[in-house]
Amino acid sequence: MSAVPTGVVNVGADLFADAVEAQATSVTRVDWRPPMPRTEADLAAVAADPLRRDANNRALAAMLGVTAQLVDVVPAAEALGLAPGQFLHAGPPITWDRASGPLRGALMGGAALEGLVDDPEDAAALFESGNGVSLEPCHHHATVGPMAGVVTSSMWMFVLEDPATGRRTHCSLNEGLGKVLRYGAYSPDVLVRLRWMRDVLGPLLQRAVRTVRDGAGPVDVTGIVTQMLQMGDEAHNRNRAGTLMLLRDLSPAMVTSGLDAADVAESLRFIGGNDHFFLNLAMPACKLALDAARDIDGSTMVVAMARNGTDFGIQVAGTGDEWFTGPAQVADGLYLGDYGPDDANPDIGDSAITETAGIGGFAMATAPAIVRLVGGSVPDALATTRRMHEITLGENPRWTVPVLEFQGVPSGIDVTRVCRTGILPQINTGMAGRVAGVGQVGAGLVNPPAEIFPMALARLAERARARA
Amino acid sequence: MNAHVELRPGAYADSVTLLLVSRVVQGVDGVAAAQVAMATPLNVEVLTEMGFTVPPDATPNDLVVAIRLADGGSLADALAGVDRALRDANRRTTDAAVVAPHRTTATALRELDDGLVLVSVPGASALVEAMDALDAGRDVMIFSDNVPLDQELALKRTAADRGLLVMGPDCGTAVVDGLGLGFANTVRPGPVGIVAASGTGCQQLLALLDRAGVGVTSALGVGGRDLSTDVRGSSTREALRRLDTDPAVELIVVVSKPPAPDVADGIRAYAATLGTPVEFALLGAGQPDLTAATETVLTRLGREVPQWPVSGRVEPATTGRFLRGLFVGGTLCDEAMLVAAETLGPVRSNIPLLPELALGPDLTAAAHTMVDFGDDALTAGRAHPMIDPTLRLEHLARAAGDDDTAVVLLDLVLGHGAEPDPAALLAPAIVDIRQPVVIAVVGTEADPQGLDRQVQALVEAGAEVHLSNAGATRRAIELMEGVR
Repeated sequence: MSAVPTGVVNVGADLFADAVEAQATSVTRVDWRPPMPRTEADLAAVAADPLRRDANNRALAAMLGVTAQLVDVVPAAEALGLAPGQFLHAGPPITWDRASGPLRGALMGGAALEGLVDDPEDAAALFESGNGVSLEPCHHHATVGPMAGVVTSSMWMFVLEDPATGRRTHCSLNEGLGKVLRYGAYSPDVLVRLRWMRDVLGPLLQRAVRTVRDGAGPVDVTGIVTQMLQMGDEAHNRNRAGTLMLLRDLSPAMVTSGLDAADVAESLRFIGGNDHFFLNLAMPACKLALDAARDIDGSTMVVAMARNGTDFGIQVAGTGDEWFTGPAQVADGLYLGDYGPDDANPDIGDSAITETAGIGGFAMATAPAIVRLVGGSVPDALATTRRMHEITLGENPRWTVPVLEFQGVPSGIDVTRVCRTGILPQINTGMAGRVAGVGQVGAGLVNPPAEIFPMALARLAERARARA
Repeated sequence: MNAHVELRPGAYADSVTLLLVSRVVQGVDGVAAAQVAMATPLNVEVLTEMGFTVPPDATPNDLVVAIRLADGGSLADALAGVDRALRDANRRTTDAAVVAPHRTTATALRELDDGLVLVSVPGASALVEAMDALDAGRDVMIFSDNVPLDQELALKRTAADRGLLVMGPDCGTAVVDGLGLGFANTVRPGPVGIVAASGTGCQQLLALLDRAGVGVTSALGVGGRDLSTDVRGSSTREALRRLDTDPAVELIVVVSKPPAPDVADGIRAYAATLGTPVEFALLGAGQPDLTAATETVLTRLGREVPQWPVSGRVEPATTGRFLRGLFVGGTLCDEAMLVAAETLGPVRSNIPLLPELALGPDLTAAAHTMVDFGDDALTAGRAHPMIDPTLRLEHLARAAGDDDTAVVLLDLVLGHGAEPDPAALLAPAIVDIRQPVVIAVVGTEADPQGLDRQVQALVEAGAEVHLSNAGATRRAIELMEGVR
């Protein structure tokens, strides 16, 4: 036998922990509580699955092993082969009849941008008829989109690549805050901005990104996330430092691009004035990492969390492409101007890919400024990140939180641990107006609907039993 | 229009703080609408839509305070509210974050490089926590009962693949290199190693060996089903292997309720391959009881067999017909039935020796009865009777009030985890019982409750107290001679 045990973990009756302590041996007490209702049998089946442990180790290692480089900026037609009638959107699959206000607004604006209609209002009939238009999730095309996440063929896309495998992911360029397409606004000024991005910003960024790529080497997006986490950004609702670092890396090449100096200045001002510009790089970097963990039989790790404004969906490494969906929730937060809870649309956007990868709400401890979104405190921020460690498989050695002694961010959401603890992933998010065309009405914190985790668990258990 | 807009150049706060401030100011009496924000183009647009006129020279570095008063509202009060909210928003919270305890075994184990896991959650959740231990390369003791058989098999298969030990499920007692886990007695270190498929059987051995002055290095529980045809001694083999490699162990004892014969043969064959001699104390009809097995162990070690202590003395039964045994220890109940059946014939029980002897849900019959209050069926959703004696005390009162009851036989188990003073709860319940009461008190002097103190309290209440459960049972039978 080994020597006298140096410690005991006690899960269950406290009196046994007391008895061990009375023998001068240290005890770690687990604060065990019953799992989500009616999950016991499925939890046991999945825990007993001989594939699970190694599958989860592989899934976590695959995710943590990926680095993302910014290798190109090209229109969606070129990057994804999108035709003018093809529309990508955030979240799990949805049809026009079930689409929420902000998604409809963004689709209508997108249709006008592509010239399918002259007046965005006319697009509603087009989508109702379905003639010549199709809706598909961004996630099904190696893409992520914030909020409504609408991508159309002429929009310029960041292209991120994993240098080890050549795999790529994509995301559109961020438009800024307020009345913007991704929040469902489609007024003329929204379309003017999108056309300027198409005609001026996109080509300029393409030239700059290619110059940097072919010179010093591509922008290391993963590396910028590493640094921004040490600078008060959590890379979902706060991207200030990340945006400035991107600007640092790209601005020399933008200035020397040979394009019109006024356009370059306007572009620099646009990026510098948009604290969320880097979000559209953090998101595809997270997706690139998480996609490496897809299709690992037996793994209980979540590889995507996404919302379309109606449904909240998750995908899991061990269940292929299946979406487990439930009703999207309304965020709890603060509202712009006169807006209130009645004006807010339920949760929307692929941006929860950041939480899925361990940042955003999961890295709240490193961005105490935004904990006030729910009137919380700095200790709340620390507690949130610590709580997320209870439902994740491991820590990210690259992405660390200084105030927690440089502990890695909680990484790899485990469906079983969510069901066991009842702790739901914490997501930081913006809030879109319920009505198409309104735009942003606030920002806050939100959770997935609890029931989608037992649904995913049931499928994992079914597969485990079928293999047994 | 009662609108007030002022610029505060150089006063900066982040947008989140200002949203919070705005919300507070909106709640001030007399304020109809309010917005406190940096004068960014977006915010100016929002303010304009709200009907405020922002001075055209405002820059994003200016703080705008915009307030619309309700009828009779006071601007001074509103502005005081703004100042208060701005101050409060930057107030430092002094209470430090309390680090919440871990919620799963897996996450708790991250902070511990070494050590084992003790699981006592409800049976339906036990596998999940125990698997966390195995996944982290740790041994685990599962006190929980009501764990489905297929889950026990899955755990033990996993443990066997990884060279780990699963003690349980339904493992009440273990001593791991001197550390008592679950319901364990305090014993001195010594030459004996125990592998126990039975918790209270193990405790009886610990108590008797301690009385004989012989110490125990480790007593590894394996769970009551380990030697069944389903589980086939998976944990017993691993426990034997470990004790065999421990140089402090001179003799290994395997304690179990009646095992499946072919499984017992397999374990005997495995034991024969070990360098350390193995003694088997396997309860069953025609087999030695635990006290006799202990005596064999002592003899093999060359130790003297002591006189097992008896305290107090009761008079033989004069009324009633039946022996009533009420036990907290399952193996103690089994042993008492085996001993009693030799003399008294069939004994009805909730854990019967033969299926036709099963008791109904009321646990009573016009027959000799012995009830194990620690059985799975009586502990689902309830604490073990060593922790919560309520159910047994109820049935004790019922047995005492039954004119058919001739003699009452009880056990009382001491050690870590058990009631701090169980005799104090039992003594008042027996003091008025007119039938003779015989109690086997299983414990050691070093136990937290103190063996002598517990025995004395029961003797003072009128009971006769034995250290040997088999001895107590034989004495109870002897007391019935006049009424049989």
